[in-house]
Amino acid sequence: MDNLRLRFSKTGRAVYISHLDLMRTMQRAFLRAGLQLKYSEGFNPHAQISFALPLSVGMTSYCELMDFKLNDYISLAQIPLRLKKVLPEGISVLEVYEREQKFKNIKWLDVDGSFEYDERSASDILPELMDFFSRDSIVIQKKTKSGMGEADIAESIRSITFDEGDGRIRLKAIISAQDPTLNPELLVSALKQLSPQLAPDFAIFTRTQIYDSEMNVFR
Amino acid sequence: MDKRLLRILPKVQKPARYTGGEYNQIIKDKENVDIRMALCFPDTYEIGMSNLGMKILYGVINEMGGVWCERVFAPWGDMEDEMRKAGIPLWALESGDPLTDFDAIGFSIGYEMAYTNVLNMLNLSGIPIKSADRHELTPIVFAGGTSCCNPEPMADFFDLCVIGEGEDMDRELLLLLRRAKKDNLSKREFLSEAAKIDGVYVPSLYNPIYNADGTLQKIEVLDGAPELVTRRLVTDFDKSYFPVKPIVPSTEIVHDRVTLELFRGCIRGCRFCQAGYIYRPVRSRDPDRLIKQGIESLENTGYQEITLSSLSTSDYRPLNELCDGLLDFCVPHSIGLSLPSLRADNFSLDLMSKVQKVRKSGLTFAPEAGTQRLRDAINKNVREEDLLNTCKIAFEGGWNNIKLYFMLGLPTETDEDVLAISDLAKKVLFLWKSHAVNKSKGVHITVSTSCFVPKPHTPFQWEAQVDMEEYRRRVTLLRDNMRAKSITYNWHDADTSLIEAVLSRGDRRVGSVIEEVWRTGGKLDSWSEYFSFQRWMDAFEKCGLDPEFYACRERSFDEVLPWSRVNMGVAPRFMWHEREMCYKAELSPDCRNKCTGCGALSLMNGGCCDG
Repeated sequence: MDNLRLRFSKTGRAVYISHLDLMRTMQRAFLRAGLQLKYSEGFNPHAQISFALPLSVGMTSYCELMDFKLNDYISLAQIPLRLKKVLPEGISVLEVYEREQKFKNIKWLDVDGSFEYDERSASDILPELMDFFSRDSIVIQKKTKSGMGEADIAESIRSITFDEGDGRIRLKAIISAQDPTLNPELLVSALKQLSPQLAPDFAIFTRTQIYDSEMNVFR
Repeated sequence: MDKRLLRILPKVQKPARYTGGEYNQIIKDKENVDIRMALCFPDTYEIGMSNLGMKILYGVINEMGGVWCERVFAPWGDMEDEMRKAGIPLWALESGDPLTDFDAIGFSIGYEMAYTNVLNMLNLSGIPIKSADRHELTPIVFAGGTSCCNPEPMADFFDLCVIGEGEDMDRELLLLLRRAKKDNLSKREFLSEAAKIDGVYVPSLYNPIYNADGTLQKIEVLDGAPELVTRRLVTDFDKSYFPVKPIVPSTEIVHDRVTLELFRGCIRGCRFCQAGYIYRPVRSRDPDRLIKQGIESLENTGYQEITLSSLSTSDYRPLNELCDGLLDFCVPHSIGLSLPSLRADNFSLDLMSKVQKVRKSGLTFAPEAGTQRLRDAINKNVREEDLLNTCKIAFEGGWNNIKLYFMLGLPTETDEDVLAISDLAKKVLFLWKSHAVNKSKGVHITVSTSCFVPKPHTPFQWEAQVDMEEYRRRVTLLRDNMRAKSITYNWHDADTSLIEAVLSRGDRRVGSVIEEVWRTGGKLDSWSEYFSFQRWMDAFEKCGLDPEFYACRERSFDEVLPWSRVNMGVAPRFMWHEREMCYKAELSPDCRNKCTGCGALSLMNGGCCDG
């Protein structure tokens, strides 16, 4: 069975599993579930699995996608039932289905964020933060494959809103997932570089949804 | 999760090793638990999670109703810095609770260089490091594992030590602790009850008295504690507990695979080898049971590799039958089977070809010494012609990568023995030139030497270690005679070996050195990134102790040894006899050939030795 897609969430203690470790973790989980992943041919065979958008260590997600192929036929409904029993804490199957479109059609990513400030009050910062991100251009220094480069991240932010609660600032943003990729952590880097007084002492992000270029939910 | 921890985890290397949550971890409802045990390994997660003993004890203890056993490992330096900065005490992986919440804190110690980590982990937990400074019944802090066969260097820190295999003893200890909590026993009352459990050594019930020259005059026994603490073992090893549902780490560890334990003990009797003496007698597991355990473990974990572990795997009688049975499952499931510890004398190429279908990885042999005379003296029953014949077959079979392990500084070693190591390497190289089937990729012969460390409870427990200068001279001698292009020579530094020798055969006073090293920043001493020889030397000086007194001094048979209240099974008379045989360069038969009556059979309650 080719063209299968698993949608899963990665929360709690599992957010610290790195991308590479997640590949291994998934392969082992499939074996425990009695599901034989299809392997590549060749001298060093590897399971043919791929993840949509690599997730940074420490980031929670409710919309992870993994494509895989199975050697043997099994009813689609069986796969999540079997996987549920054998996944480590914090990795939960949401659904398994036959994929209709390729990962390259992913364009936008919905993220929630939380900014914590130790010394300053969130309510003081809130308006300044809104001002900062309403600029037409936010040019930052960014590590690239060939040293440091500049990027205007404003183009990669489709929308961003802030509000305040529990003494911290919560944000909701739709940012570019691919071409170019905007790692949400760059939102914090931008503050550190351009308005350090607004940079939070601690920030965490959660992926909640992915979309195609037309803002249809990507599945 | 602790909010402070949330901030720290993204900053440290490999945070997944600090979070728990792995598949097959055991979570219990605290409401139904009255004894909480922290099973601590004084090294990193990657090392500790690879340890079979940890997996066995974790499973065995968690099988007890009302008892919850959790894992604790030493944090790497970056994590420790962050924890200390944020004031977060060390926690157990399953619940995330601090160690002060636990009733029993048990350390599994496999090597002496981990001693400073024990102190560091206690301190990171906010628990006083010295037994005398912990007045309450709980947490009781104890230790087990190979290093405890000489419990004295750590005597000031542990409330008690468990000597030998923990499967039964740890359960008995925890049951006693439960009763002591119910009956409101004081710590002192509990310890004198614990001393009645076979295999339990309570350091505070033994009082060392020294002669003017620094040697021991005697070790006094207090409050009716046993004169001799005899090692515990599992007599019915075949049917004893085996963890078929081990935890599957979510991050890579050192030995990331299923490990099967074929047998305990070793038939060989190499005179330098502590494991060969302190795990006697030989007890094996039935091959059908092993096959079943292997398949179950693979199915429960999703691992794609399984390995066979024992002191000398090729001495397992039904090894072929076992491998065939496992391969029947492994081959169709693309699971790799690997065989460690093969002996050069009964190496079977068939077996190797069978298990290593795809890749021909390197072959490793440990002749330990260069001349036949010295190999006979240490009772390493490997003959040069066997080793060379094995290499010949291997080269003909397509292997081009051979590793040879030796020790320098063995008792009776001369320069002739040292130089013979390079001769042997050259003979192996010559064999490759005349017998290799595929020479296009060249050959790689690696020779490694380590410095011999005399260990307690072996025939060499009375021996002097050669001093560092002499050891370095021998390394240089060998290095200058090992110039062939295809031969790589690696050697271990003498400084760790000296410290290891002191800690192995130290008495209670050495505890002050360990404490001083830790107080001046010592930790993770088995890692070169952290080990500081100077720190140890400074600590010896400050404590007024001479490391050479412990490492480089020959003892007489009559000397009271710090571990003389511990009986590991093999009689001291037998070990002394073996030492005399060494000086005559005479072999003793292996246990399969002829029983030498070492004394370990007395531990078996009438059971048999499967030598």
